[in-house]
Amino acid sequence: MEDMSRYPLQLEGADVPMVSFKNVTKAYGSLTVLENLDLDIREGEMVSVIGPSGSGKTTVLRMLMLERIQQGVIYVNGKPITHMEKNGGLVPADDKYLRKAREPIGMCFQHFNLFPHMTALQNCMEGPVQVLGMSKRAARERSEDLLELVGMIDKKDQHPSRLSGGQQQRVAIARALAMRPKVMLFDEVTSALDPEVIGEVTNVIKKLVAEHNLTMLMVTHQMGFAKDISDRVCFFFGGKIEEQGPPEQLFDHPQKERTQQFLSAVKSAD
Amino acid sequence: MSYWEFLVEQGPRFVDGALITAVQFALAAVLAIAIALLAGLMKLSSNPLIKGSAVIYIELFRGTSLLVQLYWIFFVLPLFGLTLEKFTAGFVAVGMNLGAYGAELVRGGIQSVPRGQWEAAYSLSMSPAKRMWRIILPQALLNMLPPWGNLLIELLKGTALVSLISVADLMFEAKQINGSTYLSAQTFGTALIIYYLFARVLVTPFMRWLEQVMLRKLGRTE
Ligand SMILES: Nc1ncnc2c1ncn2[C@@H]1O[C@H](COP(=O)(O)OP(=O)(O)OP(=O)(O)O)[C@@H](O)[C@H]1O
Ligand SMILES: [Mg+2]
Repeated sequence: MEDMSRYPLQLEGADVPMVSFKNVTKAYGSLTVLENLDLDIREGEMVSVIGPSGSGKTTVLRMLMLERIQQGVIYVNGKPITHMEKNGGLVPADDKYLRKAREPIGMCFQHFNLFPHMTALQNCMEGPVQVLGMSKRAARERSEDLLELVGMIDKKDQHPSRLSGGQQQRVAIARALAMRPKVMLFDEVTSALDPEVIGEVTNVIKKLVAEHNLTMLMVTHQMGFAKDISDRVCFFFGGKIEEQGPPEQLFDHPQKERTQQFLSAVKSAD
Repeated sequence: MSYWEFLVEQGPRFVDGALITAVQFALAAVLAIAIALLAGLMKLSSNPLIKGSAVIYIELFRGTSLLVQLYWIFFVLPLFGLTLEKFTAGFVAVGMNLGAYGAELVRGGIQSVPRGQWEAAYSLSMSPAKRMWRIILPQALLNMLPPWGNLLIELLKGTALVSLISVADLMFEAKQINGSTYLSAQTFGTALIIYYLFARVLVTPFMRWLEQVMLRKLGRTE
């Protein structure tokens, strides 16, 4: 068992990060995927995660939203989400605590994962009505505003099966936003899309960056897009952050050899 | 006597029997669906006690014959102080038996819903119960409908056994008619046709209709 006393019960101070990974290790069975990860994300910051396949990019997001970790603590807004307080110490969170603690986080997936038996509007209203307990009317209003934001208001009564990939992904973004998250996670949200519709999704994300004070963590293979909109880019290699920095620095003047190799390999593939 | 005369004469008894069969079928189906849902969900539980009792139930009722189960419920349970009327014992036995088969369909249907749906529901912070009822089960149901159609027809055929504890269903009436007229071909031929029509004119089209309704809900029909 790990000695938990080295982790504070709560992060305090003037500049508490919105998301904070402290010494986090994630393993699937005997396979350690991420090791001793330390990563802080400021409120309102847009951080892109890049790296070769299997380097643990998706796992970083999934630890925030879907997976349990083997070591370390993750804090959101200063509060631990992976652990809860008991007798003045931290113990692994139970399911209920974990779910509640993750409420300020929203996630969008590579394959959209819209609910097929609900229309676009119903997809967006589901969380506000069923989880936040909002009235149908208020939830509808909020959802329609968000569908407007992502440019899908004219398709609000369509089921996902009638929407293109780009349209589905925009609805999925609206659905996540309807929960009013503080943190948004995007896992390769354009990878399953045809090239000609990628722009409609990236434009929505650009709009979010420009107009909303969301903290975002985005895994992407689109280097140009990451360079455009990120405050910081993290290059993952073998379950560790090999190099990170502002996009201009990381893309134009990478310091580490592995970063250089990866970037030139990506460039020549384009 | 022509077949027509036979029908006119025995018609009311066939109708009476068919009605009882219909009621037995409906009650057994409701029970089977409820048990299937319960046992199917329990079998997916992470609690070994809950899961274990579902496994035992399913094994027990699938691994032994419906007729023996019927006799147990009607003749043996009273020895332990639980007496059921024959009518009740009939549909309870059929419902419990087919419910065990249905539980496997429910389990399979739920497991066939893609992981991403669970994850999306979880990422909206939905409680486990809401995830199941609102997101997973409706999709599982659609996957399950075709095999449920077959199961309900099995259930219909299974109800014929209740005649053996003297519930006056179609089979029971047919045996009575045969005993008094000795017109076996006409009697059991008629029963055969009624069972067949029941399955093909009521059950199958109903399931098709249900599937269409579900598909429409998914926006998948043209
Ligand atoms: N559920 C799982 N069970 C076992 N191993 C897993 C599981 N999920 C991921 N892994 C392993 O963890 C490692 C990191 O996976 P991850 O999905 O985070 O990579 P990634 O950087 O997102 O890759 P990609 O670019 O291909 O999406 C891989 O070796 C992968 O095989
Ligand atoms: Mg990935």
